[in-house]
Amino acid sequence: MAKETKKRLEQLGGKVVDEISKKENPSIDIPIRSLANTVYDPKTRQIKLGDKVSKRYFLNVAHAKSFMQTLLVAAATKELVDGGAHTSLRDLFYMLKRTLPNSEENTFDDQSESDPVIVDLEVALDVLREQLNLNADIRGRVVGNVTVEDRGDEINWGKMGSGGWAIPSNMEEVKFNKVKADYILVIEKNAAFERLHEDKFWQNQNCILVTTQGQAARGTRRLIQRLSTEHKLPVYVFTDADSYGWYIYSVIKFGSISLAHVSDRLGTPNAKFLGLTLSDIEEFELEKFTIKAEEVDLKRAEEMLKYEWFQAPEWQRELKLMLQKKYKAELESLSGKGLKFVTEKYLPKKIKNKEFLP
Amino acid sequence: MADKNVTAEDLAKKMREVSVAEFFEKNRHLLGYENPSKSLLTIVKELVDNSLDAANEAGIGPTIKISIKQLEEDRFKITAEDNGPGIVEEKLSLAFGKLLYGSKFHRLRQSRGTQGIGVSGAILYCQLTTGKATKVISSTGKAIHEIELMIDVMKNEPKIISHKEEKNPDKWHGIKIVMEAEGRYTEGKQSVLEYIKQSAVANPNAKIIYDGPNGKTTFDKVTNEMPVQPQEIKPHPYGVEIGILRRMISTSSSRNMTGFLTSDFSRVGRGSALEMCKVAKIDAGKKPQILDHSETERLYKAMQTVKLMSPPTNVLSPLGEKLIEEGLKKEVEAEFFVAVSRSPAVYRGNPFQVEVGIAYGGKLPLDSTAQLMRFANKVPLLYHQSDCATAEAVVDTDWKRYGFSQSSGSLPQGPMIVLIHFASVWVPYTSEGKQAIADYPEIIKEMKLALQEAGRRLSIYVRNKNKMRDKHMRRQIFERYIPEVAESLHKLTGKDKKKIIEELEVITKKNVKLEEEKENGEGNKEEA
Repeated sequence: MAKETKKRLEQLGGKVVDEISKKENPSIDIPIRSLANTVYDPKTRQIKLGDKVSKRYFLNVAHAKSFMQTLLVAAATKELVDGGAHTSLRDLFYMLKRTLPNSEENTFDDQSESDPVIVDLEVALDVLREQLNLNADIRGRVVGNVTVEDRGDEINWGKMGSGGWAIPSNMEEVKFNKVKADYILVIEKNAAFERLHEDKFWQNQNCILVTTQGQAARGTRRLIQRLSTEHKLPVYVFTDADSYGWYIYSVIKFGSISLAHVSDRLGTPNAKFLGLTLSDIEEFELEKFTIKAEEVDLKRAEEMLKYEWFQAPEWQRELKLMLQKKYKAELESLSGKGLKFVTEKYLPKKIKNKEFLP
Repeated sequence: MADKNVTAEDLAKKMREVSVAEFFEKNRHLLGYENPSKSLLTIVKELVDNSLDAANEAGIGPTIKISIKQLEEDRFKITAEDNGPGIVEEKLSLAFGKLLYGSKFHRLRQSRGTQGIGVSGAILYCQLTTGKATKVISSTGKAIHEIELMIDVMKNEPKIISHKEEKNPDKWHGIKIVMEAEGRYTEGKQSVLEYIKQSAVANPNAKIIYDGPNGKTTFDKVTNEMPVQPQEIKPHPYGVEIGILRRMISTSSSRNMTGFLTSDFSRVGRGSALEMCKVAKIDAGKKPQILDHSETERLYKAMQTVKLMSPPTNVLSPLGEKLIEEGLKKEVEAEFFVAVSRSPAVYRGNPFQVEVGIAYGGKLPLDSTAQLMRFANKVPLLYHQSDCATAEAVVDTDWKRYGFSQSSGSLPQGPMIVLIHFASVWVPYTSEGKQAIADYPEIIKEMKLALQEAGRRLSIYVRNKNKMRDKHMRRQIFERYIPEVAESLHKLTGKDKKKIIEELEVITKKNVKLEEEKENGEGNKEEA
């Protein structure tokens, strides 16, 4: 893997050097990352980057600086990959920030300048940030009857105490030694995850429990994707019944607009939505535990109604229901039916009857 | 009635005429003496304005010396000397010791002061705050007269304390005034120094030497050219106010209405006069002096309805584009100057003329809003900027069109000073303090047109300057980045860094040259 990344970095540099020796104005091709250049592929069920490319020229007053910045980041990541060292986005910024000689200009003024260059490079080289040895945020936990190997340590997810295993930002080098599970249950909220863990839900149901702790970090998305493809495990997602919760599901399944270029490595198209739906609220008579939807929730729902990947009739129904009823519900509202209602009734029933949304 | 013992007779005993001087004593805030620092500025303003007017009217290039010495924490000695024609002995005490006495009040003509309170107001203020008399030294070129005077507040009469006469072998002429007043000295936006500096900008033919508590500053003259003398005109019917009309009626020497209207107003011929009388239902042969209250009011209304030619406009004394530029150049360290003089226009029957100057760049502060320098009949206005038509016109002008950023309702951003001069036979001030010009639509329109023209000319300069800078920057930027690019490429590919640098330099030079040729070849066709 590292070898491939290295090769691509060298190719990028090689192209520029070639152009220079041919006395041409050297340039770097960067695919455009914007909503306009994002397409949804219904066949693979992924949000993908279109084929629009922008050229970044050195001899162009408007491009020159970002041209230089792109090469600075590329050279720095090559050194990381060569040395097998990893670093954070913030560290990389400090590694590269300096004042250019005979001027008052900095290579990078702040991290908001270097972060987009890193994504540019990911897109241009078609590699993951993690493959450039750059770590993203750590967020997300997992428990289950699984043994993995990470940097030489063998870890049993079932023996990590009440907190479970913290999912590293770089899942590329993690090896799955033993995986015993029928499915993966992904939970938006940490509190609900702990509840299920305490009830030994994963042992009783023979499953893997993952919490994203909000919007799923890249490491968590990569873990879900690898487990589901490498071990053929179905994935069920369990979030709040509101537009934000549902969007968390859609990012896990289809990918996101801002990281459309990595949907094929971070997206899990087979994922299914288990709950919470607003139909559940009606079915289980939970109306009195709902919360009034805020203006932003409704606005988000209206936007999502238009997204191509939310066109399934079931989802259109849920979104319209929300706009009509103007309420939402949290996972915890199920506890209104008793503390064990989730683990003993709701989840087993849903999974057994395959009551999922696409 | 709270007190039943007071009778109408008692009240009548207390009623008496209030003298102008007494009125001033109680209402000095109306005339610029509301606080110690503004009072000091007002004194200097009256002295400087008087001296400039006197010398210019006599056709003499003014040389004015102003000095301020701090005597105590809040007490100052102010001395002003000019090289004007001086004042004849008989009128000397009246000119300074009686309020509302002067040569300017009874005429309609562009001039600095109008009310005749000026210096005598300053003398009264000194007397009120320090109890001291003011020394006035004057000569018309013959003997030198030195008087010390105070003002009798009740009578509004000068009170001469002493009078000396001396020989004048050097044939000195002019006025020198020495006074002592309570005040507070500051240096900043609204200060004596700023007032003198702006006066120097608007009067490039004057030399002003200022000796203040913090040292001496000389403002040299840049021209010997004398400004055009403004002409006196009769009021135009459209601009006259009913109070003034009443006064004109009572003091007129005409025997009948047609005579009064045709000789005391401008642009009224026999035909228009008869028409006015007809509309007002007044006999054209009636003696104007005996018009009653309602007749006067009917006449006033009739005067506004009859169609008349605009007043003559060649009566004003503008600064002129050349002198505005030179005035700014000598007091402002900027790199570019532009000035626009509009042709005269008319508001409410009064001819007026707007002039605008802009100083840009150089040592002016880069990231603040533009400074505004306001003048009315060549007198700097330092207070109440936001109430002034000049500020409204600048704010209403779309400076984004000329390449400056501007948030709505604000002055534009950028290293510039915007000067606006308003010249008129009658300046419509918003209040007695005479610090802000009223926003008549005709005035705002003229100001905006002048600002737009100046803005256009400035934007051409700024655009060319930016183009030059870009050219220079282009080469610099590429050369600055070359070592970084080469180093990174060396790390990525292992290729020789020195060779990459050399090749990049060749490409850069070729490209910069090509771009410059393209620019020169295409001239102005290039995109902005």
